[in-house]
Amino acid sequence: MTAVAPASAVGTPSRRMADNPWLAFAVRRTGRLLVSLWVLVTASFLILHLIPGDPVRAALGPTAPAALVAARRASLGLDRPLWEQYVDYLRGVLTGDLGSSLGSSLPVSRIIGQRLPATLELALLAFVVVVALAVPIGAGMGVLTRGGRRRGGELAFSSASTVVGAVPDFVLGVGFVYVFSVTLGWLPVAGRTGPSSYVLPVLALAVGPAAALARIVRVEMLTALRSDHVRTARAKRLPAWQVNLGHALPHALTASITLGGLLLSALVAGTVLVENVFSWPGLGSTIVSSILEKDYPVVQGVVLVYGAGVLLVNLAVDVVLSLLDPRSVIRES
Amino acid sequence: MTTMAPGVLVPVADRPAARGRWGSVLRTPVGIGAGVLLAAVLVLAVVAPVVWGAQAEAVDTDAILQGSSAAHLVGTDNLGRDLFARTMVATGLSVRLALTATVLTVVLGMLLGAAPLLLGRRAGRLVTAGIDIAVAFPGLLLALFFAIVFGVGATGAVLAIGVAGAPVFARLTSTLAAGVASRDYVLAARVAGVGRFRVLLRHVFPNIAEPLVVNATIGAGGALLAFAGLSFLGLGVQAPDYDWGRLLQDGLSGIYRHPEAALAPGLAIVVAGLAFNLFGEAVAKGIGLTSAAGVVRGRRAAGADRQPATERGPVAGQPVLDVEDLSVAFPGAGGPVRPVRGVTFSVGRGEAVGVVGESGSGKSLTALAVARLVEAPGEVTAARLDFRGTDLRTGGERAHRRLLGTGFAMVFQDPMTSLNPTRRIGHQLAEGARRHQGLSRAAGLARAVDRLRSVRVPEPERRARQYPHEFSGGMRQRAMIGMGLMGEPALIVADEPTTALDVTVQRSVLDLLAAIRRSDDVALLLISHDVAVVREVCDRVLVMYAGRIVEDLPADRLAAGRHPYTRALVATVPDMAVDLDAPLPVIPGRPVDPSAQPPGCAYAARCPLASDRCRAEDPPLAADASGSRVACWHADEVADGALAAAGAAREEVA
Repeated sequence: MTAVAPASAVGTPSRRMADNPWLAFAVRRTGRLLVSLWVLVTASFLILHLIPGDPVRAALGPTAPAALVAARRASLGLDRPLWEQYVDYLRGVLTGDLGSSLGSSLPVSRIIGQRLPATLELALLAFVVVVALAVPIGAGMGVLTRGGRRRGGELAFSSASTVVGAVPDFVLGVGFVYVFSVTLGWLPVAGRTGPSSYVLPVLALAVGPAAALARIVRVEMLTALRSDHVRTARAKRLPAWQVNLGHALPHALTASITLGGLLLSALVAGTVLVENVFSWPGLGSTIVSSILEKDYPVVQGVVLVYGAGVLLVNLAVDVVLSLLDPRSVIRES
Repeated sequence: MTTMAPGVLVPVADRPAARGRWGSVLRTPVGIGAGVLLAAVLVLAVVAPVVWGAQAEAVDTDAILQGSSAAHLVGTDNLGRDLFARTMVATGLSVRLALTATVLTVVLGMLLGAAPLLLGRRAGRLVTAGIDIAVAFPGLLLALFFAIVFGVGATGAVLAIGVAGAPVFARLTSTLAAGVASRDYVLAARVAGVGRFRVLLRHVFPNIAEPLVVNATIGAGGALLAFAGLSFLGLGVQAPDYDWGRLLQDGLSGIYRHPEAALAPGLAIVVAGLAFNLFGEAVAKGIGLTSAAGVVRGRRAAGADRQPATERGPVAGQPVLDVEDLSVAFPGAGGPVRPVRGVTFSVGRGEAVGVVGESGSGKSLTALAVARLVEAPGEVTAARLDFRGTDLRTGGERAHRRLLGTGFAMVFQDPMTSLNPTRRIGHQLAEGARRHQGLSRAAGLARAVDRLRSVRVPEPERRARQYPHEFSGGMRQRAMIGMGLMGEPALIVADEPTTALDVTVQRSVLDLLAAIRRSDDVALLLISHDVAVVREVCDRVLVMYAGRIVEDLPADRLAAGRHPYTRALVATVPDMAVDLDAPLPVIPGRPVDPSAQPPGCAYAARCPLASDRCRAEDPPLAADASGSRVACWHADEVADGALAAAGAAREEVA
């Protein structure tokens, strides 16, 4: 009658890993991250080669002289064998050299360095607002509507959160601009000037995911409140706040994190649209203008940054999950 | 599996039922609303270009960039074209492009999702791994990526959004298909040599069509929003064509002068997106609800409220627990349902009382009600509910927290789910003591280690730092008992404490409970469906049937029970003398549905001695000279009838 031992592995190294689930988890998770990063880098490399026709000709226009096109192709390395270009690209990504913009000739890494902070601020602030709104509202509604109590409140909450959650962030942004900037004149219409200029873009980004996350937290809270171990906590005669906050909420949050992580990475993508509504000087407006100008090195670089951001968010979610729920590290991925 | 013919094995019976469910969705208010909204959007998409087409293209240089007026409801654009007409006409292109992209998503997604079934294991795993990586990226980011590759414009955007949605749909398809593919009729079809493709088309897809259609509907809403987003960014529909995203972008630049130009297409996007979303969710909810609904269709029994007279059981000195006329009610479709009806009993100091009965007899709920753990909407009423002389009915939960927290221990059925999986065992034990006994963190933990040792958990110091999943089943249950011993309990209520455990460790848990009772003079209320367990551990047994105590007798006299149900229950327990060739006896018939209690004795329908009086009048629980109680009109006739009952039971099975 000992603890549930993991099925003993055959080889010595894997035996050691099986003995330490945390190590096995770290190895497995790092492996997945590396494979995903490799797929991402390869996909971003392939952008230039997947575009039908000649991207340089398309960028320069049909009237550009052939010599200029050839020179540009050579500067992009497009005249060399594919594998050589690929190796060069990988080396460039590893050393931080992402090429230069076709339009401004600035290094892509410098453009990203200038633009990324504004986007990160937006995404992180929005994330904080999402959690600050969704967790108390969702958990509170869960406690209030458990066991079929307050049917009216439940109906109002679920309809309101469905409708709010279904409004896309950029439309919400336009609505906010109309109400708070045009009509009331409280906040600036666009740009990144002072603290007040952050309010509307952050809210436009955060409100939809907050509504969606609040729904998830409420449902998970209801499930947690029904669970056997919460009944045990009640049988210990702990006060209601300790049962709800100490036993039900951690469980509900753990269960919400996976879906919450999806929302968070969708938030990263959502910045692209919201930045364009508010003329926010971040990566979102950069990638759109570079796509329209066919400035492919910049496009490739920004795609890499967004993709890496999503992968990091997913990694963070898995790590947080493993800390909150120790069982998740021994679960097969 | 009677035949191997593939055509016969398809569960065609599912189809009409499915259609009925879709119909029933449309009868709910949300379903109707969403359905009407969706129909309106779809009709508008077809009709609007015909009705408003000419007006939307009419250039009027005298009315450039006007605000809303009687002539132009939402104003005009920079060529003086009517924006209301343009918003309406844009429905056509917006919806058409979104639906095209959705079709692409569904086709690609189903192909990719079915790959593991079609291509065999190795290639299938490769596809699945690819899908897993792609799913990690948000749809909008994938759409942007493919928009770069496929080029700026409506066609590129359709391809981009269509392809970007495919991974999620593929994941859904493969998950659903994997569930169906392992079912017997699909396996049978494969054994019969039906080709993989044919299996997919005839057996797998038809059975997962419903969730796929629902998700495609919700997906169409997502595609519509994504399209609006791409067009808004200037990457989708290009001038002179226009959709809502394009109109929104044009309107945003002039939001100070005429905000209507931006608000109208924005509203259109929201309404159309909601129409798809709400309809899909209403259908999904409708389907989900129906499958889970064996809804209590209760009619309230005529005499459910009439409590027949009940006499108190034997009381030795001041009882630890004294319960009189305890009832639990839950709201049901046809009035309240009462799974526990007028239960009266008491548990003396150090006494072990067992409660037996079939599942659904109300024994576990009785335990929860006594422990004040029944939550709303359940409602507990009692004429008396005293624990150590304190009336638990008055005062809120707060008033009795300390009394119950230190003196009243609960042990639940499944120790795996009853312990908090995310907290260390020691902490879980100490938690209650820290609150009720004011122990410090260290003192609480020391007490927890001491208690773990007392319930014979080896290496308690190390074990206290472990999580429940690191414990074996029997050890978890002993930790659970240890949790109850953190205070100085006067009563342990154990609800099926060994049912979820291996037979080999059941014994050790029962021995532990018995030892605690002897050494600490703790009373035990043991709920079990296992007559043998109760007979062995307990002094006295309460036999419950349909929410009532039908007999209360000493455990050693169980074999001589006076109630026909007690007799039948005891007869189902095999002993060493049982004839191994004869079928095991069972109690014929089914337990009573708590929502439809008969007016008379609830057991009458299954009782070999039942008379008209039994069916009309519920017998009271009457005490005899020795203090035993029985609720039966024929209690005195049972002596020779019991054998007949057991005999009848045997015949029933044979």
